[in-house]
Amino acid sequence: MAGWIFVVSLVLALVAVYRPFGDYMYRVVTGTRSSVAERGIYRLVGVNPAAEQTWGVYARSVLAFSAVSVLFLYLLLRVQDKLWLSLGLPAVTDHIAWNTAVSFVTNTNWQAYSGESTMGHLAQMAGLAVQNFVSAGIGIAVAVALIRGFAARRSGTLGNFWVDLTRITLRILLPVCALAALILMVGGVVQNLSGGTDVTTLTGATQHLTGGPVASQEAVKLLGTNGGGFYNTNSAHPFENPTTWTNWFQIFLIFLIPFSLPRVFGRMVGQNRQGYAIVAVMGILAIASVALTVGFEVHGGGTVPQAVGAAMEGKDVRFGVPDSAAFAAATTLTSTGAVNSFHDSFTPFGGMMPIVNMMLGEVAPGGVGSGLYGLLILAVITVFVAGLMVGRTPEYLGKKIGAREMKLASLYFLVTPTLVLAGTAAAFATGNNSTALNVGPHGLSEVLYAFTSAANNNGSAFGGITVNTPWWDTALGLAMLLGRFLPIVLVLALAGSLARQRATPESEGTLPTHQPLFVGMVVGVTVVLVALTFLPALALGPIAEGLS
Amino acid sequence: MTPTDHPTTTLEPPEGRAVERQADTPPQPRRTVQGGLLDPKQLRQAVPGALAKLDPRTLWHNPVMLIVEAGALFTTVLAVTGPSVLAWSITVWLWLTVVFANLAEAVAEGRGKAQAATLRQSKKDTVARRLVDGVERLTPAAELKQGDTVVVEAGETIPGDGDVIEGIASVDESAITGESAPVIRESGGDRSAVTGGTKVLSDRIVVRITQKPGESFVDRMIALVEGANRQKTPNEIALNILLAALTLIFLLSVVTLQPLAIFSKAWQAAAPDTAAIDAHGVTGIVLVSLIVCLIPTTIGALLSAIGIAGMDRLVQRNVLAMSGRAVEAAGDVNTLLLDKTGTITLGNRQAAEFVPVEGVTALTLADAAQLASLADETPEGRSIVVLAKTEFGLREREPGLIADAVFVPFTAQTRMSGVDLGDRQIRKGAAAAVISWAGGATAEVASVVDEISSSGGTPLVVAEQGRILGVIHLKDVVKPGMKERFDEMRKMGIRTVMITGDNPRTAKAIADEAGVDDFLAEATPEDKLAYIRKEQEGGRLVAMTGDGTNDAPALAQADVGVAMNTGTSAAKEAGNMVDLDSDPTKLIEIVEIGKQLLITRGALTTFSITNDIAKYFAIIPAMFAAVYPGLDTLNVMRLHSPGSAILSAVIFNALVIVALIPLALKGVRYTPSSASSLLRRNLLVYGLGGVVAPFLGIKIIDLLIQFIPGI
Repeated sequence: MAGWIFVVSLVLALVAVYRPFGDYMYRVVTGTRSSVAERGIYRLVGVNPAAEQTWGVYARSVLAFSAVSVLFLYLLLRVQDKLWLSLGLPAVTDHIAWNTAVSFVTNTNWQAYSGESTMGHLAQMAGLAVQNFVSAGIGIAVAVALIRGFAARRSGTLGNFWVDLTRITLRILLPVCALAALILMVGGVVQNLSGGTDVTTLTGATQHLTGGPVASQEAVKLLGTNGGGFYNTNSAHPFENPTTWTNWFQIFLIFLIPFSLPRVFGRMVGQNRQGYAIVAVMGILAIASVALTVGFEVHGGGTVPQAVGAAMEGKDVRFGVPDSAAFAAATTLTSTGAVNSFHDSFTPFGGMMPIVNMMLGEVAPGGVGSGLYGLLILAVITVFVAGLMVGRTPEYLGKKIGAREMKLASLYFLVTPTLVLAGTAAAFATGNNSTALNVGPHGLSEVLYAFTSAANNNGSAFGGITVNTPWWDTALGLAMLLGRFLPIVLVLALAGSLARQRATPESEGTLPTHQPLFVGMVVGVTVVLVALTFLPALALGPIAEGLS
Repeated sequence: MTPTDHPTTTLEPPEGRAVERQADTPPQPRRTVQGGLLDPKQLRQAVPGALAKLDPRTLWHNPVMLIVEAGALFTTVLAVTGPSVLAWSITVWLWLTVVFANLAEAVAEGRGKAQAATLRQSKKDTVARRLVDGVERLTPAAELKQGDTVVVEAGETIPGDGDVIEGIASVDESAITGESAPVIRESGGDRSAVTGGTKVLSDRIVVRITQKPGESFVDRMIALVEGANRQKTPNEIALNILLAALTLIFLLSVVTLQPLAIFSKAWQAAAPDTAAIDAHGVTGIVLVSLIVCLIPTTIGALLSAIGIAGMDRLVQRNVLAMSGRAVEAAGDVNTLLLDKTGTITLGNRQAAEFVPVEGVTALTLADAAQLASLADETPEGRSIVVLAKTEFGLREREPGLIADAVFVPFTAQTRMSGVDLGDRQIRKGAAAAVISWAGGATAEVASVVDEISSSGGTPLVVAEQGRILGVIHLKDVVKPGMKERFDEMRKMGIRTVMITGDNPRTAKAIADEAGVDDFLAEATPEDKLAYIRKEQEGGRLVAMTGDGTNDAPALAQADVGVAMNTGTSAAKEAGNMVDLDSDPTKLIEIVEIGKQLLITRGALTTFSITNDIAKYFAIIPAMFAAVYPGLDTLNVMRLHSPGSAILSAVIFNALVIVALIPLALKGVRYTPSSASSLLRRNLLVYGLGGVVAPFLGIKIIDLLIQFIPGI
């Protein structure tokens, strides 16, 4: 019952904010008036806010900004012991620093380290938190650029990256995070600059409890679908996520931007119903996934789960099974990767769901921005096949999907499966999969999960394997880097190609892309494509485990 | 080498010679319109072609099939080094898969071959009588250059495409059009174009050659029907990209499976080795089978056949598309420009009503009108006689049987015609002319005349001895069924626009009656061009027909320009299709063929992809149930053994190609309707059908092959 209220109230809250928050974001990304702070930033960076960029310039700006970010973050981590607020922690080792820098710049937040024993407060605030904001901002900016491609009429330009990033960060991410941090503090999340307290536990041992700017980190960790926790145990830690209702609020924050962005899409292309269609696809996939995950966990097989009534291993009693399962689904349906339970301990099928969610390409609703552009790519592929079946060369929102568009969409679709499957195969082929715990189908799932998470920029971990080795840090770092920026470049190229076209007017013969039939078809294409790609690997992992 | 790739020097006839040498192929029966059905004879004839296409250099343009061939080659090696019934069975079926795909293409191409042979007949070694400074010189036809003038007399074959610059002749064009009735070709005007290879039946004409050597209309036709220089259309390229991407994904997902399989097998070391998996992982034979079953072989095999068959369906309707691109564009057309006369209306005004005036009975008027029209052989005159018969039962009187009848023919000066019966004088004609002959008209007559004019009709006034009897209402008659056709078009999202030289008032009346969406009245060629440009500015695709030289700019501007074969060479050059029957309504069929082509591609792609679901349920348990017995739960079809499951999937995959060849050639069923209902139907048939069919097919094959020992 509590589980039902939890999920239903969450859905209602998201429905309630869809229009107002979506409209607000629409005004931010289409607005032209700059505040004093924004003008200051433009002068500092040296950009003319009125100058429009072609896709090539836009893409180079994204890449340049991200390259500088990786470099800066890497250096910061490598010299943190010589700077302030390091809490006496040593410099981060080279492969972990590389992995972490890439991880935070790519909005993945894969953590190959334990937060409280590796990162000082300065690294957390000036390094990681900053990237939590701007990496999320980049995702939204790229999505908006793609929408501009659909909306443009032979202009060939996609807006200005520096303006987009500035406005999105200052007007969307910062204010909402400030508010959310306050709410989390009210809920009991800590916020201080303390170096920690030593306490004596019930059994008489001494435990070091690290304090820190947790609430502010936490807000952007979720709102920006980042997922990098202040503590190693992430949202299972009572300082990060103390109660059921903070848990509810955290999931709400995760979904807030991704589920509202289709509204921005609908408004920018001038047809709100197109936004509703996209959000319907996201909603159907998300609800199905949450229902399945919760179902598998509540009715999980196995001796222990049956004895205690549900699969409680690895879950915190203050959340219980449904809330933990819902969080697991939410964090993997988006590119968040925060966790409040141990996915490795889920039932085989319950544990398969987070993997499948990520394999869907994180489009339901996906990471901030990345979810929308991922889903629009799938919509383009669907339109191509569906459009042929109505007897026209395919078009989406009046833009022809020709050879160039198809090439870019297909390449986009190829990137992540290639990284996931090649990475997993490489781990087994090179023998980097084995630790004592990694045996049989479950061990296979753990490796598959790691690469799925990295390539899709999720950042959550099944756990069970030691990943802070040079091989893993390098391989996963590459998976994150390529998994983030190859798709971005392809999306921007697609946007540029769409922006150069004139629009074909709609007629009775045009494939309607706002009707339930099309929504169903996008859902179908997404599920079928993913199933066909990953079924062999899944069969040897969670499916083999679950059916034994 | 395609004609367009060819350097445009005029002094290079080898291509023409090559065609001539091939010209002595045995004579073929006249081309007949072939149905979409596939008869076994066609299949047999295509087998040699299919085998020849196994050459990887030919297969290069089809990456999906190239991979299947590479796979087949690989399993052949494996079967030779480690022979088993399963290995050889799979190898044979993989080769058959490639052969079947080639067969589809060869059958589609074969249909054009017969036609090309007929056309070559017309390219016999003609010797042209070239005029050089007024003196005739005998020159081989292949050496004619642009601008040469030649003399052609009765019984001779016209040596090349050109325009008649002198004389008039009847010409037999059946070699190209299949229409045996001769046509008149004369200098000047819109009927001056002649085609090389056609035969002059009477008289003598002088023709100025307009073609370049080796690029005549017949050359282009031969190349087209043979698919010799067939290039992939834009949409075909886009679809090929999608198929290549899917192929890569499946290739990847199968190749990366191997380390995972080895790991799993090692962990379950006690599990028995099977034909599918051993300590070295999944066997090569099974891996290849899995790849071939998953990659979109069905659509990959049929894609080019679909394209060739689409062109062929046009050819069967006597339309020649100069490029596949134009056929595709036809499916996308938003606006159809149709000439009023001959397309929307029957082309002649017809008597629709007798309107008597001032106490005259309708019968009297009809009788007088009939008398006045007996000798009038124009369609208008005939229609008056017919109307008098149908309305009043007045039988037609033979002009010669009426005593003292003197018929007065129509002249441009009098603008009326009629008959003098003794002292009875009856006249009918243009309102103003007859009224002045009758010595003035009453207000009633004037108002009837005005009313008819304003409704878009033409009034013909009938008078006898200075007394006006009434008015005949002549109307442009809309062809039966046009309104329904336009309603269908509207459902398909296509606007129809009527082009006419009539004044706006007349045009509007006919437009309303015919149910077109818009009309362009008093249209000049410039207006047409401007209208097309305006539509295209708004992102719409425009199709039109035309035949005159002054249509050429508009034909060139339109996305689909269909030139009538009777038209000038300028028009034929400008358009991207030629209708050999010169039937402007054909445009509507062309649009439907274009749509059908695209739908067939989409439907078979969907079918091909959804097929994979069942194949997974066959192959995954077959591969891994030995390692993880729980996976046998996925064997929902309860297939006999791992070997039979994999072989069944491979056989199904091959047979489905053959089963779908007729559909690819015929095109899927297409009824004009809205996009949503089309999508719903096709998704149900080819999407759902694609999921269900292989479950049944694989199970049935498995039931049969389980009896083969060693499977």
